[in-house]
Amino acid sequence: MLTTVLQQLINGLSAGSLYALVAIGYTMVYGVLRMINFAHGDILMVGAYLAFFGISAFMLPWWVSFITAIILTGFVGVLVEKLAYKPIRNASRVSLLITAVGVSFFLENLFLVLFGGVPKAFPIAPIFHGVLNYNQLYLPVVSIYTPIVALVLLYMLLYILHHTKYGMAMRSIALDIDTTSLMGINVDIVISLVFFLGSSLAAVGGILWSTQYPSINPLMGIMPGLKAFAAAVLGGIGDVAGAAIGGLILGISEVLIVAFFPSLAGYKDAFAFLLLILVLLFKPTGIMGKELERKRF
Amino acid sequence: MLKVKNLNVFYKLIHAVNDISFEVPESKIVTLIGPNGAGKSSTLKSIVGLVASSGQINFLSHNISKEKTYQRIKRGIALVPEGRKVFVNLTVLENLRIGAFNKPASTLEEKYERIFQIFPILKKRAKQYAGTLSGGEQQMLALGRALMSEPSLLMLDEPSLGLAPKVVQEVFEIIQHLNREGMTILLVEQNAAMALKIAHYGYVLEAGKIVLEDVAQNLLQNEDVRKSYLGEV
Repeated sequence: MLTTVLQQLINGLSAGSLYALVAIGYTMVYGVLRMINFAHGDILMVGAYLAFFGISAFMLPWWVSFITAIILTGFVGVLVEKLAYKPIRNASRVSLLITAVGVSFFLENLFLVLFGGVPKAFPIAPIFHGVLNYNQLYLPVVSIYTPIVALVLLYMLLYILHHTKYGMAMRSIALDIDTTSLMGINVDIVISLVFFLGSSLAAVGGILWSTQYPSINPLMGIMPGLKAFAAAVLGGIGDVAGAAIGGLILGISEVLIVAFFPSLAGYKDAFAFLLLILVLLFKPTGIMGKELERKRF
Repeated sequence: MLKVKNLNVFYKLIHAVNDISFEVPESKIVTLIGPNGAGKSSTLKSIVGLVASSGQINFLSHNISKEKTYQRIKRGIALVPEGRKVFVNLTVLENLRIGAFNKPASTLEEKYERIFQIFPILKKRAKQYAGTLSGGEQQMLALGRALMSEPSLLMLDEPSLGLAPKVVQEVFEIIQHLNREGMTILLVEQNAAMALKIAHYGYVLEAGKIVLEDVAQNLLQNEDVRKSYLGEV
């Protein structure tokens, strides 16, 4: 029994870390632009594809390919903001939201046209190969690495936010964009930086996701994207630590529900959205969100 | 130092600032007074590019009217916005730090010390979140934050708004003190009496137009000004 619980907790921790990595991107973009970037899940897909091509087409060593993919995906995020969101930054939030949905469809269909809809086998990096067996615990190496990678990246992000001057600018923009520009800060650069960081984290999420479920297709970002969005809302949208906590709670509860109510396994994917509805009904500010219009990051 | 010529600001159909021209000479305090909605704040915001405007804005002999806000600030303008607008989610020290965003980190300590000398209360509050400060302390912080960039021109938008009379007095003494040290100041105020007492020159704005301008002392004596803005009958 204990082994089962432990096993499921580790599985949940691993899934939850993936949601957390992606949820952070939602929450940071919401913080600075007050918009839900519904194309964020597709950015995860872009990251996975870039890593895939790095290894399979360009024959790069896995780590070179991963790092390149993570950085390039960051720039894809910056490009999306510059081309699609910046021109309407002062329009109503609904316009931004609809544009984000449009960008999402665009990315999905662009990749469908360019690379086809047939799933491709994602090459597993040597470091993620293998399974540890320990007292009947069955631990794929990747599900041990995933939470560690997520934790390290979360720590780095919080360090940037709280101990660098551009991080400080990200927090001040989240409160008041005009007053931030009064400090002599080029807010466009800070916003680009937010998209870069958020998209890079999504790429890490995409790579780890594709390693756990080693098949990629242009629509693969939709479900993790939407679930991560639910996680971000659960944690309190706009709060980075909240997004991480929301991701973990979602991942662990998903796994535990399936483990203890096997008959509900078919509804696993619906759980995140049930949770989203409940949070929005009873505590719309989420776990960490306080006053929704003030506290950010 | 600052020369504004034929400035116009429109908000959709409202002509908030109607073809005004004025000047702020070096080391002087110039004030724009007038009732609520006269276009005073819009004027300040257009000088830093926070609202779109037409006309010429010359600062230190550069036409800055096409530049972005951060570029104008980098030239040496600071604005203490209406309602203070301190970053309540940042600590007092971080608020000061962000005021000197474009200054080298090595000069920070020296700048903090200077600000703490002018506003000793901020030193005590340095580690606190700015949101926990009182209104008066937030005004001091907003002023300190603006001074961190060591501006050539300091613009203040309604610094007395919502403050207790004693604190207003304090703030105005500090403004005057800064000016005596050579700071050029453009002050927007509804509290015309206070503003005219410390200013060298004043402009009276009504419905987006300059209706009167003169040496501040003369405006204080002016019949119309006394009736309309100084609450005398």
